[in-house]
Amino acid sequence: MLGLLLFAAVSAPVAADARDDAKDQVRFGIRVAQLGLWREALTHWERAVKLDPTYAPAYNNLAIGYEQQGDFEKARAAYEKAIELNPNNTYIKQNYELFKEINDRTNKPDGR
Amino acid sequence: MTARTSRTVASLSAVLLTACTSFYEIPIETPIKAKLDVDAFQRVLVAGFLAGGAEDVDGNLETTRLLRSQLRTKSQLRVIDTDVLPLMEVAGEDRKTDGAPLPAPIKDDKDLEAYEHVFADADYWKKIGEEYQQPLIVTGTVMFMSRQQTQLQQRESEEFDSLGRRRTVAERRLVDRKGFGLTGRFIFIDGRNGTTLYSQRFTESILYDANRQTPALSSYFELMDKLIPSFLNTLSTQKIRGTRMLVK
Repeated sequence: MLGLLLFAAVSAPVAADARDDAKDQVRFGIRVAQLGLWREALTHWERAVKLDPTYAPAYNNLAIGYEQQGDFEKARAAYEKAIELNPNNTYIKQNYELFKEINDRTNKPDGR
Repeated sequence: MTARTSRTVASLSAVLLTACTSFYEIPIETPIKAKLDVDAFQRVLVAGFLAGGAEDVDGNLETTRLLRSQLRTKSQLRVIDTDVLPLMEVAGEDRKTDGAPLPAPIKDDKDLEAYEHVFADADYWKKIGEEYQQPLIVTGTVMFMSRQQTQLQQRESEEFDSLGRRRTVAERRLVDRKGFGLTGRFIFIDGRNGTTLYSQRFTESILYDANRQTPALSSYFELMDKLIPSFLNTLSTQKIRGTRMLVK
């Protein structure tokens, strides 16, 4: 029991640290994306999801970055992860809907 | 707490959470890769189209002109300027040996089918290719037809009861709409051997209020406007502009 309490007491700040670090990476990614430096932004958002794999905004932004690069497979996976983590976020859902619209149009079967 | 109450609390907290989230709207340009590798070609010949339907618009001439002008400004290929091929006549010549007359003018998709064998005539397209130094050839079918439809329309109107209380009443009624439909295929042929490289079907329609007088030609261009991005994307990478929400 004491061990469990000790574990909880130690792990909680660690998780909080990871989230804070991930947030820092996300924030910096946003700043560079606003300057048009999408590759740089992607690096930071990729780092953010490694630091905290439960942080939905990091996946959302990562998905947008992949979309901008034309990597639709990765964008879809990242959007789906973001929605899985935060199914009620209207911004993420809206982004995903817009992405799907483009992706569906691109993959529309054209007969030969 | 009942299930209903907990659902309400959950959705309210979701709304609040979203409201508290910081977001930044950002413009993005999504690159869509070309569907066809046209590196082997330096020139493109928009040869002409099998066209039918409404008589107010010459689908063959207008489609050829429009695609040539789009390719001139939005593709790397050099556009060949030449007379539009009379594909109906060419298909008719092919059929003369069979004895079966072809339907003219083309009124619907069934009529059009009788002509479509011309696209499979590799010898003919190879000959055209040789004439124009083996370009990429663009051809296909265009059916531009008028359409009429009755749709259910819902409108909300205000009503006041005897005590002067206002209430809104949903009113449903059937309305006549008319407009045009555009269907067909873009076919991309290799001018070196006359074979089809790629073909792309399309269907678009537009309906207006029955009282509105819209010239057929302007509806035709409105519909083609919707098809052009996809057509161009077959030959070259296109960028689609949009906006997304970055979240932190």
